[in-house]
Amino acid sequence: MWFASPDEVRERLAAVDYLADDGITTSVFLAGALGKPLLTEGPAGVGKTQLAKAVAAATGARLIRLQCYEGLDEARALYEWNYKKQLLRIQADDDAWDDIFSEEFLLERPLLKAIRSDEPTVLLIDETDKADVEVEGLLLEILSDYQITIPELGTIVAARTPYVVLTSNATRELSEALKRRCLYLHLDYPTPERERDIVLAQVPGLPASIAEQLARTVAALRVLELKKSPSIAETIDWARTLLALGRTELDETVIGQTLGVVLKHNSDQARAAKELGLPARS
Amino acid sequence: MNTGMKTAMTRESLVDRHLGFVQALREAGLPVSLAEGLDAAGALTVIDLADRNTLREAYAATLVKRPSYRPGFDVLFDLWFPPVVSDGPGADPDADTDPDTGDWRDHAVDLEHAEIPELRDRLADLLMDDPDDPAFREFARAMVERFGRVQAAAGRQSWFSFAVMRALSPETLTARLLGRMLTERGGLPEKIARQQISRNIARFQEEVATDVRRRIAEESGIEKIARSTVKPPIDRIDFLRVTKAELAQLRREVYPLARRLATRLTIRNRLGRRGRLDFRRTVRASLSTGGVPLSTRLRPKRPHKPELVVLCDASDSVSTFSHFTLLLTFALREQFTKVRAFAFVDTVDEITKMFAPGTDVIDAISRMAQEADITRFGRTNYGNVFERFAERYADAVGPKTSLLILGDARSNYQAPALDTLKRLAGRARHAYWLNPEPRAQWDTGDSVATGYGSVVPMHECRNVAQLAEFIETLK
Repeated sequence: MWFASPDEVRERLAAVDYLADDGITTSVFLAGALGKPLLTEGPAGVGKTQLAKAVAAATGARLIRLQCYEGLDEARALYEWNYKKQLLRIQADDDAWDDIFSEEFLLERPLLKAIRSDEPTVLLIDETDKADVEVEGLLLEILSDYQITIPELGTIVAARTPYVVLTSNATRELSEALKRRCLYLHLDYPTPERERDIVLAQVPGLPASIAEQLARTVAALRVLELKKSPSIAETIDWARTLLALGRTELDETVIGQTLGVVLKHNSDQARAAKELGLPARS
Repeated sequence: MNTGMKTAMTRESLVDRHLGFVQALREAGLPVSLAEGLDAAGALTVIDLADRNTLREAYAATLVKRPSYRPGFDVLFDLWFPPVVSDGPGADPDADTDPDTGDWRDHAVDLEHAEIPELRDRLADLLMDDPDDPAFREFARAMVERFGRVQAAAGRQSWFSFAVMRALSPETLTARLLGRMLTERGGLPEKIARQQISRNIARFQEEVATDVRRRIAEESGIEKIARSTVKPPIDRIDFLRVTKAELAQLRREVYPLARRLATRLTIRNRLGRRGRLDFRRTVRASLSTGGVPLSTRLRPKRPHKPELVVLCDASDSVSTFSHFTLLLTFALREQFTKVRAFAFVDTVDEITKMFAPGTDVIDAISRMAQEADITRFGRTNYGNVFERFAERYADAVGPKTSLLILGDARSNYQAPALDTLKRLAGRARHAYWLNPEPRAQWDTGDSVATGYGSVVPMHECRNVAQLAEFIETLK
């Protein structure tokens, strides 16, 4: 059992500075209670990866991370045979043909490592949407049965069901088969109230009034039709910037000067300056 | 467990309610598989059923796997698992028992008998606070109880939100609230305060609408109201029937959608024919197998990037459609070596430069309406447009070009100039016509859909989902 109730999830995540709302606590609790992988989807920088790290930190489990990218294959995700060692063994001993496919020559990659781990493990499969479609097929066996089949060795069943978190930025639609096997959590930009609390938790020393103003300003920015809306991570960066600059109030001039921390497209900055009536940047 | 759910659960078994809810979701177009239904049932056994928020999120986590389905899900959830049942005010025990929120009842307004100005004061207080406060919801319920009942026909009465809004008119509170929140008016603080107020007012309207739906459902059955209130997800909304708010939401979808399409297009490109042998990398790879080239390495295929010429109907009847499609085309710019766009009503003008990289899309659209020379008499005339286009911009269409025509093919009974279009289409590498009208309406009235469709293949393109499907087939 990972958590006893959604409320316990909330408390334990809060203890590691992750402020969760009802949607997050319920999904995180269910993923543990039902032993199903949790797929979190949402815009960049809303705390998807952070959630997995927080779950690991809150439960004291080991975090194993598989970063997905274009061209990720079995050999990097699951396991690989140590060719060089096998080659040397064959050269050294002509009768060794039969034992070169054994434990000794197996190189563990993140997925296999997570399955075989004896201690509680949080497996984070990050940016699943960046990987090719074939990788999803690869994941299906692991996600539904927590087992891996290696043709030369047989099927390896998980010693302990790992807690699996998948993240996706929705740059492409993940397959129905994958979604069906997962619990789904859509993480979106938080309400100003929650964002204020997050900023306060992440940036100690920031006056509460600034955090409040900051959260409301960012909410105002997100309403505009921007190419890239500011993420929570960027709000936190902004808070740190203000703290470093020693500002105690957030007025138009300060916002105008530091807008680059949250808006990274020129057209977005121009649009925000126009809509919010900020002074032009010099 | 609160009253509403308790009653619901004792009246019929939990299983029946679960099955009914899943069935309603399917009817509303959410693809809920058998396995997912079982997952949800499994989740019900481990959570505390008395906590309505947990129940809602448990269902959402197991059944709703796309954000665009979530609004419809929430509406149905509120109908199937209502927070309260109408047996008089105070039915919601939360407000009475909760020490944080219960206290205001003692000294504050009597919601059943207070005069309207008093109620508006109370509403103003609530709008200043966090709308997640249970008192907020309870106030909305009490107001529906008091003002929402309207005589619909002789002897029949029903519930309406507009009656509540008319009685309280929350929008007119904005000025007062601004005065309370700010010491001085103007500038950024006012903008932000306004936004907070309008967000909370929208939230109030939402709460009222939810309660109205609940009351109607109690009186005339859940199924009936469910069918009429659940809106289709945003990517299934008809372009021609889109409301202003939905259009803004659609526009916000443009960049994510473009990114998604672009990724898919590159994947398709890569999956296609592989390139020639890469000798250097093959030899390099053979080193790990003792110089024996066990696997070959191939050069990546050079991506094929078509040129795109978009001819788009900018007349009012299809404007939402053409605007959205234009935005998407320009957002997809990295997929095409060259994009040229032309707009027309009864004559045609190039609008490419208005959508130059970095320009603001909304500005571009309003500039297009003002500056482009596309209107002579103001009634769509496809025939004249094709003639003019062939005359002035014939060089835009060449053997590498994909020609994309966006419009409803309604030419006000003018000559269609099929031959000119045929010549243009013949010169292009591919030509497509996207028609935002449902297929059943083609060829009715002044539509020349079949005529044009015989020259240029015509696709029905009524919503974002169909548009995305089409773009994937572009080569």
